[in-house]
Amino acid sequence: MSWEVVIGLETHVQLKTQAKIFSGAATAFGAEPNRQACAIDIALPGVLPVLNRAAVVCAIKFGLAVGGHIAPRSVFARKNYFYPDLPKGYQISQYETPVISGGRIVFTLGEQEKTVRLIRAHLEEDAGKSLHEDFHGKTGIDLNRAGTPLLEVVSEPDMRSASEAVAFAKALHALVVWLGICDGNMQEGSFRIDANVSVRRPGEPLGTRREIKNLNSFRFLQQAIEYEVGWQIAELEEGRAIEQTTVLFDPASGVTRAMRSKEEAHDYRYFPDPDLLPLEISPAWIAQIAAEMPELPDAMRTRFMHAYGLPAYDAGVLTSSLALARFFEQTVAAAGAANAKAVANWIMGEVAARLNREEKTIEACPLTPNQLASLIRRIADGTLSSKLAKQVFEALWMGEGENADAIIEARGWKQVSDTTLIEPLLEEAIARNPKSVEEFRAGKEKALNALVGQVMKASGGRANPQQVAELLRKKLSG
Amino acid sequence: MIAAPLTELSAALAEKRISSVELVTLYLERIEKLNPLLNAFITIDREKALTAAQAADAQRARAKGEVVSPLLGIPFAHKDIFCAKGWRTTCASRMLANFVAPYDAHVVEKMAAAGVVMVGKTNMDEFAMGSSNETSYFGPVKNPWNLDCVPGGSSGGSAAAVAARLVPAASGTDTGGSIRQPAALCGITGLKPTYGVVSRFGMIAFASSLDQGGPMAQSAADCALLLNAMAGFDARDSTSLDRPAEDYRRELDKPLTGLRIGLPKEYFGAGLDARVSATITEALAEFRRLGADLIDVSLPNAGLSVPAYYVIAPAEASSNLARYDGVRYGHRAREYRDLIEMYEKTRAEGFGAEVKRRILIGTYVLSHGYYDAYYLKAQKVRRLIAADFSAAFACCDLIMGPTTPTPAFRFGEKSADPVAMYLSDIYTIAANLAGLPGMSIPCGFVDGLPVGLQIIGPWFAEARMLNAAHQYQLVTDWHRRIPPLTP
Repeated sequence: MSWEVVIGLETHVQLKTQAKIFSGAATAFGAEPNRQACAIDIALPGVLPVLNRAAVVCAIKFGLAVGGHIAPRSVFARKNYFYPDLPKGYQISQYETPVISGGRIVFTLGEQEKTVRLIRAHLEEDAGKSLHEDFHGKTGIDLNRAGTPLLEVVSEPDMRSASEAVAFAKALHALVVWLGICDGNMQEGSFRIDANVSVRRPGEPLGTRREIKNLNSFRFLQQAIEYEVGWQIAELEEGRAIEQTTVLFDPASGVTRAMRSKEEAHDYRYFPDPDLLPLEISPAWIAQIAAEMPELPDAMRTRFMHAYGLPAYDAGVLTSSLALARFFEQTVAAAGAANAKAVANWIMGEVAARLNREEKTIEACPLTPNQLASLIRRIADGTLSSKLAKQVFEALWMGEGENADAIIEARGWKQVSDTTLIEPLLEEAIARNPKSVEEFRAGKEKALNALVGQVMKASGGRANPQQVAELLRKKLSG
Repeated sequence: MIAAPLTELSAALAEKRISSVELVTLYLERIEKLNPLLNAFITIDREKALTAAQAADAQRARAKGEVVSPLLGIPFAHKDIFCAKGWRTTCASRMLANFVAPYDAHVVEKMAAAGVVMVGKTNMDEFAMGSSNETSYFGPVKNPWNLDCVPGGSSGGSAAAVAARLVPAASGTDTGGSIRQPAALCGITGLKPTYGVVSRFGMIAFASSLDQGGPMAQSAADCALLLNAMAGFDARDSTSLDRPAEDYRRELDKPLTGLRIGLPKEYFGAGLDARVSATITEALAEFRRLGADLIDVSLPNAGLSVPAYYVIAPAEASSNLARYDGVRYGHRAREYRDLIEMYEKTRAEGFGAEVKRRILIGTYVLSHGYYDAYYLKAQKVRRLIAADFSAAFACCDLIMGPTTPTPAFRFGEKSADPVAMYLSDIYTIAANLAGLPGMSIPCGFVDGLPVGLQIIGPWFAEARMLNAAHQYQLVTDWHRRIPPLTP
C-alpha cells in the first residue's frame, strides 16, 4: 500500500523596512556585530517598544495579495523563553489574533495549477545571532538582527510532495519580492522556511509530524523533505511510531536529526504585551495601501496573454519578477505592441542568456528597454538582418552607442536593398560559381543557398538574404 | 529654610534670597547628617548636584529677570527605578548594583528640563516589589517618625527623604500603592496620576500595565507644581496618552462647596484599625465643613482587587524581569559550567526572596493550562473593578477613604507573612487595576505615626483631587509636621 506525504510550511519573511519593528535602529545586513543594536534592541532596563508602522504596511500588502482577512484589531503577545540571543527573555509576536488570517497562494507545478491555503501571517521580531566560532569554547552574541521585522506565514498542510512544497515556497518568495516587502535574499536569511512533514495511508487521519527547522534554500528544502519522508516511511514500516519533534537538516550529510528534547521543551507562557496597544487597522488605511499596490503577478500574466497575444509560457516567464515584467512592458511600449512577441523572444533569449552568463539580474541589465526597442524596430522594418541584429545587440550591450540607429549609422550596417547596388554582386557570384548554377538549374534547390551566401559575404552582410534569393531565382530561371 | 515647602523655596530662589548652590548645599548637609539614620538614599552625588546647582544659578542670571521655571534650582531626588544618564541605577537589586544607566528616563529628562537639581537616587523595595522597604538589597529605609517602623514601600526612600526634609520633593512610582502607601506611612503628600499621564520610558518595569510614576512632596500645591513638569506625552511609550498639556494648579483655589465625596463602605469594614478609622472620619468631617457632601457608595468587587493584582502584577513581572540574565549587563555569576547554570546562579544570586517569589507566581499563572484560570480570570476581575468605579463616579466626584488599614508597622512584623504584607495595599491596589489617579495626604497621627487619607478620582481628575487636598491643607497642618530627628 502506498503512503501519502503531507507538508505544511511556516516561512519567516524578513520585511524590508529601514528601521526595526520596535526600535529606530537600522536593519541593514552585514554591519559590525552589535553596531546596529540600540538600547531597545539590547533590552536595557526601562526601555519600551514602539511599533514601526512600515512593518504593518508590509503585512497589509501581503494580506491584500493573498486575499486574506486583515484583522481590524490584532494583538502583540510575548513569547517567553530564555536564550542568550533573545535580549528581553521574550519575543514580541502575535499569538491569538494575527494581523492576517486565511488567504491562498496559486502557482503552477509543471502543467498543473495548484492552490495552497494559508492559515495566518503574523508580525514578530527576529532574535539576534549566537556566534559559536572564533570564541574558543565561548559564545559571542550579535544583536544586530534582534528586532528585525518578520512576517511569519503559516500554510495549511496542503502540499503532497517535496516538489510541490518547493514550488509553493518559490511562488511565495516571488510574491513577497514582487510586493517589495522582502529583499528575498535567502543567503542572508531574509526568507527562512520550517517544514512540517508527516506521512499517512491515503484516506487516514493526519500522521504525527516532525518539523524541519530553518531551511534557507529551495534545494535544502527539497532534500530535507525527501530525506524526512523516506525516514518516516521506513520507521512506520518497521513498526515504530513517529514522535512529534523538531529536527534540523544537515546539508553536508543530507540527513535530518532530532534536536535534544531539552532544547524544545518550552512552555512559552504567551500573554498580551502590556507595553503595546492592540494594533488597529482601519478600512481607510487598507484602501490607501490597496490603491498603491502593484498589479499582482497572476493578473499581469493573464493581461500579457490577452493584451500582447503571448503564449502562457512567455507570460509566465515574463511575470516571474516585477522587474522583468516592467522591463518587458517598457520595451513593448517603445517598440510597439505589434512587436510584443519579438520583444518577449529577445528578453527570454538573448537578454536572459547574456544576463545569465554575466550572473546579473534584470535590474543590472546594461541594456535599457528603449535601446532594446530601437533594435527590434530596425529588425521589424527590415533595416537589420538577424545576423547584423546580433552584432548591434552586442554593441549596445557594451555601451558602444546610444541606440540601434546610432550604431547602424556609425558602422554603415544598414541593410542594402537597392537592386542596382546588388546587381553587380549577383553577376559576380553567378560567374564565379558555375557548378552551383548548374546544380540549381538541374533542380537542386539547395544550391541556391551557396550562391546567396556568396552575395551576402560580398555585401558585408548588408544585403537582405530573402531579396537576394528572389533576385537570383529570377535571374537563373530567366 | 529646610522646613519650607517647594512653593516657598521657589519664591526664595526667584527673589534671589538664596542661590541654588546655597540651597542644595543646605540639603546635602542635612542628607549627610540624617541619611545614615534613615538609609533613604542609595546614591548621593554631591559633585553632580553642585555642578547642576551652579548651572541653575547661571541660567537664572542669564534670564535677567525673565520668567523661569518655578522648579529651577530646586533640590530633588529620583527613586532609583528611574534611569538617569551617568548615574548608577540599581532598582535596589544586587542584579543592577553596578549598573550605570546610559540614558535618561522621560521623567528624569522632564524634571531636568524644568530645572530641578538632582542630588541623589532614593532607596526602594527591590524592583518595587514590597510594601515595607525591607526587600531592598541596600537595606531597609527607616521611618523618620519612628526608626523601628517601616516607611512603607516601595517608594519608601523618597517618602522618608521628603518627610525628613532631606529633599523638598522626590519622584516615586506606584504599581499597587507604592507612592500612596509610603506617603501615608511617612506623613507626606503623594500622587499617582492616571495611567498613561507620566511616561514609563526609562522607568524600570515591574508590572507594565499598572506602573505609573508621580510626585511625592510636602503638599498638594507642591505635587501640582511637580506634576506640571513630570506629565506629558512621550512617543517612546506606546501607553503614554497624547492629550493637551494641563496646568494641574488651575483648580487649587476653588471652594469645595457642593463637591460630592463618595465613601465606599468596603473601605471602612473589618481589617481597618479603629484609630485609623477615627482619624479618617475626623478628616472627612473637615471636608464637610469645607462645603463638601459625603455620600455612601459601594465598590462591590473591592475584595477581589488584591487577588487579581497578585496574579497580574507577578505575571507581567516574571516576563519583565527575564532580561536580567547576566548576558549583557548587570550581575553575572562568577562560576558556571554551562548556559543553564549561568542563568540559574546569576538569577539566584542577583534577585532577593520577594522578587523570586513573584517571578515564581507569575511564571505559574501564565503556564500552559493555568492561563485561563488565573491570568484571564484576573483580567476579567480587573474590568469588574473598573466598572465598580465608573458606577460610583456616576454619583460622586471623588472617592475618599484610608490609604492603609494601619499606621506604619514594625520591621519584621509582616516580612515572614507575605499575605499579611500584601494586605497593607488593600485600599490602594484598585486604583492601579482601574488606571485611576489616586493620592494620599496626611490627616492625623496614631501613636505618633502619620495616617494618610486616600483620594481617588475618575480618569484625568488630578486637578480636582489636588484642589480638594489643597483646600484641606489650607485648614490643617498635618502636612507641615516634621519628624523630630537628631543624628
